[in-house]
Amino acid sequence: MPHIICLVKQVPDPETPASQFKVDEAAKKVIPAPGVQPTPSQFDTIGVEAAMRIKEKTPDTTVTIMSLGPEASRDAIKRSLAMGADEAVHINDPAVNDADHWVTAEVLAAAIQKISPYDLIIAGRQATDWDMGVVGLTLGEILGVPVVTIAKEIQLNGGNITVERVLLDGFETVEAPTPAIVTVSNELGEPRYPALMQIMQAAKKEVKAWTLADLGIAAPANRVNLEALYIPDTSVETEVIEGETPQEKAQKLAQRLREAKLI
Amino acid sequence: MPNGVLVIGEAADDGELHPVVGELIGAGAALGGPVTVALLGTGIGGLGEKAGAYSAQRVIVVDDPILDGLQSDATTPVAERLAKEVDPAVILIGQTMMGRDLGPRLAQRLNTAVAMDCVALSKDGDKFVAERPCYGGAARARYTMTGSPSIATVRVKAIEAPAPGASSAEIVQQPAGIDASAVRTKVTNRRKEESEGVRLEDAKVVVSGGRGLGGPEGFQPLEELAKILGGAVGASRAVCDLGWYPVATQVGLTGKVVTPDLYIAVGISGASQHMAGISSVKNIASINKDADASIFKASRWAVVGDWKEFVPAFIEEVKKVQAA
Repeated sequence: MPHIICLVKQVPDPETPASQFKVDEAAKKVIPAPGVQPTPSQFDTIGVEAAMRIKEKTPDTTVTIMSLGPEASRDAIKRSLAMGADEAVHINDPAVNDADHWVTAEVLAAAIQKISPYDLIIAGRQATDWDMGVVGLTLGEILGVPVVTIAKEIQLNGGNITVERVLLDGFETVEAPTPAIVTVSNELGEPRYPALMQIMQAAKKEVKAWTLADLGIAAPANRVNLEALYIPDTSVETEVIEGETPQEKAQKLAQRLREAKLI
Repeated sequence: MPNGVLVIGEAADDGELHPVVGELIGAGAALGGPVTVALLGTGIGGLGEKAGAYSAQRVIVVDDPILDGLQSDATTPVAERLAKEVDPAVILIGQTMMGRDLGPRLAQRLNTAVAMDCVALSKDGDKFVAERPCYGGAARARYTMTGSPSIATVRVKAIEAPAPGASSAEIVQQPAGIDASAVRTKVTNRRKEESEGVRLEDAKVVVSGGRGLGGPEGFQPLEELAKILGGAVGASRAVCDLGWYPVATQVGLTGKVVTPDLYIAVGISGASQHMAGISSVKNIASINKDADASIFKASRWAVVGDWKEFVPAFIEEVKKVQAA
């Protein structure tokens, strides 16, 4: 009976329009945009999709969702359960509210060990808030298991995984023994959208709520200090190319580009 | 006392020194150096001199068949050993396929931290400061680290490489010194997505298409435009995900970083994760039917209109200008 653990995180919506994206520079935090709801990190949801595709082929697979974060993480957990995951663990402890990537990895590792054994851990290639891509690989070091990153396809066959990875100029097939960790990329495809019935069923599924005390660990110390967070000024002086017809605009732009010696 | 900068580099796909290595050596020198370079790979025996030409003090070439494909199970223990031997204050790695996997694993081995995909490095007293985009490129974060050494992976083309000179570096060849059983991942197949013409990363002009094209056929006029400008065609993540254009042409946070002299964006709204791939481009011309498209804010020239009417007319005008 294969056991897959999917790591998910709730983040500010990365599709927040630039005009509404604001940062509190003193607090070094993103100010939630009014009317824009936080959302499960997109690559993590794709990871749940990857797990569900494996479960479709091997129906006795158990998929456990795991999230570290405040109460808002419940949304990412519920969405993943509605996609078809079986169980969930929510680690919520104010002592690690400002966890950096290494604290996150250590806490997740302790929780994973508590629900071991597992065959596969799936995470997003990076969370869409900090874009670091560190936690999955760090977990591999802590747990002593191989990590294959940036996957577009995962097959679980007995004690092995076969992973299609996305490279900059192509793809590669990688095989590794389980247990293993795989991080997934958008090339895997769209995550399934849960039906109303599944959403209702998910509401009844049990979510284990753990604190650090339940894991028997103290809060580890952060390894990085966030010194500043700001919005870079990327605006340039824009000339709107005016013209009565597309031809007129085309002529004008070609002229401008020639003047700038770009064509 | 840890001292100096260790650059961990590799060869590019064509077997030449990866361009990011020169950029990292320059960044290391700007941090005060001295810079030791470690090159990892197979068939890279001749690259030591080339790295030395960027004024590195010492180059350690680890040319070993076990490093074929630069699997992180192989690069991590080698980098860990080198880091302990060299004992640097700072380790710099490119944000390449190797660096993405090696950076975090090496940081954990050395019980320290890494800042990924950095675009600026500096020093504040004796503290190493790494600056990196986050929130898909919408914000910038500046970090210091509590452990030692500090590690950063650096975005390709974010920092200008110094001009190479004559190498006076001490060049040392070393075996990897690890057992094949340490490499648990096996690459069984690799397929290149060949693109015709100019490489996207090297192109002076890039013409990119987004969801506004409405379908894969929209790329045909863009290909024609790129061809007459001697450029390459790029694409947004949205259209690669839709299967309209090859994944290898994706420009942005999860695709390629491009630095052409001119970037022409057609039907691209300008999501921050796309802008992350063109953040160093000075000249952006964009065409979009939505006058409020955020791409316009970063564009030097903005054309509000229907690309279907504009692009064919623009191709004709470019031809006229070129003939004049």
